[in-house]
Amino acid sequence: MEWKKVVEQMFPAGHEVRQEGDLLLGQGRCGKHTFAVIGTTNHTEVGAELALAMAAAVLAVIHDHPARPIVFLVDTSGQRLRHRDEMLGLNGYMAHLAKCVEMARRRGHAIISLVYEQALSGGFLANGMMADVCAALPQAEIRVMGLAAMARVTRISEERLAELSISSPVFAPGAHNYLLMGGLDALWEGDLSACLTDALEHVDATDHRRVRGLERGGRMFADPVTQRVLASA
Amino acid sequence: MIHSYYESSARARIAGLLDADSFHEWLFAEDRVTSPHLAILEQPAAFDDGVIIGQGSIAEKQIFIAAQEGGFMGGAVGEVHGAKIVGVLERAVRDHPAAVLLLLETGGVRLQEANAGLIAVSEVMRAILSARAAGVPVIVAIGGQYGCFGGMGIAARCASTIIMSEEGRLGLSGPEVIETARGVEEYDSRDRALVWRTVGGKHRYLLGECDMIVPDGIAAFQHAITASIEKGDDWSLAALEQEHQLLADRVKRFGACKDGRDIWRELGWADPDALAMMDNDEFVAAAQGHRAK
Repeated sequence: MEWKKVVEQMFPAGHEVRQEGDLLLGQGRCGKHTFAVIGTTNHTEVGAELALAMAAAVLAVIHDHPARPIVFLVDTSGQRLRHRDEMLGLNGYMAHLAKCVEMARRRGHAIISLVYEQALSGGFLANGMMADVCAALPQAEIRVMGLAAMARVTRISEERLAELSISSPVFAPGAHNYLLMGGLDALWEGDLSACLTDALEHVDATDHRRVRGLERGGRMFADPVTQRVLASA
Repeated sequence: MIHSYYESSARARIAGLLDADSFHEWLFAEDRVTSPHLAILEQPAAFDDGVIIGQGSIAEKQIFIAAQEGGFMGGAVGEVHGAKIVGVLERAVRDHPAAVLLLLETGGVRLQEANAGLIAVSEVMRAILSARAAGVPVIVAIGGQYGCFGGMGIAARCASTIIMSEEGRLGLSGPEVIETARGVEEYDSRDRALVWRTVGGKHRYLLGECDMIVPDGIAAFQHAITASIEKGDDWSLAALEQEHQLLADRVKRFGACKDGRDIWRELGWADPDALAMMDNDEFVAAAQGHRAK
């Protein structure tokens, strides 16, 4: 879905979200709350400058609007695959963004993210996956890597991977699989402003993903293993 | 005799770093906590799923530790592997050891369990930051053959301190991934000197992407870890704002550079090629005033 439509549906009481290059910035109103909006569009790759710009936006919200909830609108084809960005330490820029999000959370900002188009691995870790509530539109594409590339790296045939992906959410792309594994809290359908309001009411700062993965049957080992570590003598 | 960190297994690193007989492993062999996903793909599993976790002491300070074994699937993070590291960090939030040590050696997400691996890396990132927010420093050491890449390269930079050796490599997308996506003209993954100038320990130290650089020896890492525990951590908005300034300055100053050498020249190294030949002490001394930090 086009970002303008998403924003209009999320913020029926009005918004001032603007596009600067591939970056989305602004604010929107839903019910009695004003949300800061930070996002990307055009399936953009996240390079050093873009990660830095998002981090700057988070720091500005912390500074100017204490406790204002933050919405990340996610549309990325992943981290920028360039020698230059690696040389500059793109992982450090991504981590900086993640730390800014964590700092915002700990200072009382609710963090909600919505994958409205696509999300790929590195581009998704530093913002969308750092949220208290991470949601996606049902048609959104979420993956680490396509099956063809995965087949190349793992030396398992693409046919075999396609076959296995029907029975296992563990390596098949798709929003529904991330939902089963607890990586997504919910798929948002229908009234997006109602979804947003509901998400804000249920925000809490604990990472519940492994528990959800267990409850939903998509990730059966993460929580029990962590529990065993906690209980080890 | 110098015990090479680079050449050592994860278990040998733990044995060499920690005080004698102080290591106590959690989820040891008899627990057989293996990945359930590898069997489906007819791939061999490891009884520790490629990461060894537990507690011990270093210079008599109680620490928790997780050490990735590059020899098993390149240290890649799957569901169980990630959950073990998360368990260590959450236990640190509860029990407050003097520090958590993460000996990272990994290509990132284990593609055989891609989605679960990606979520696990994200859980590790959040758990690292939770430990720091709880006042427990998280110290990362990078000096193994596989470097530290993928999402774990991001996770590493969420830690309080990063210690690297010259041989260590730290980044997000590995050279092979970029070469596959953009061609050999963009990034020749077989040009070892180029890779080293892009993601190697000395370059990372000069940029301020790692805090300490040490010679390749377990004892050298041990001294640096001890010093890092003493130094503690600064998890604060002020520190983040300072980091922001550093990163903003970096793209402004070096954004047009084509090669690590251009950056080093800009930092005042008259002969960038000489830098590769310097031993660690000489390099660290020469780097005073010629680092972007």
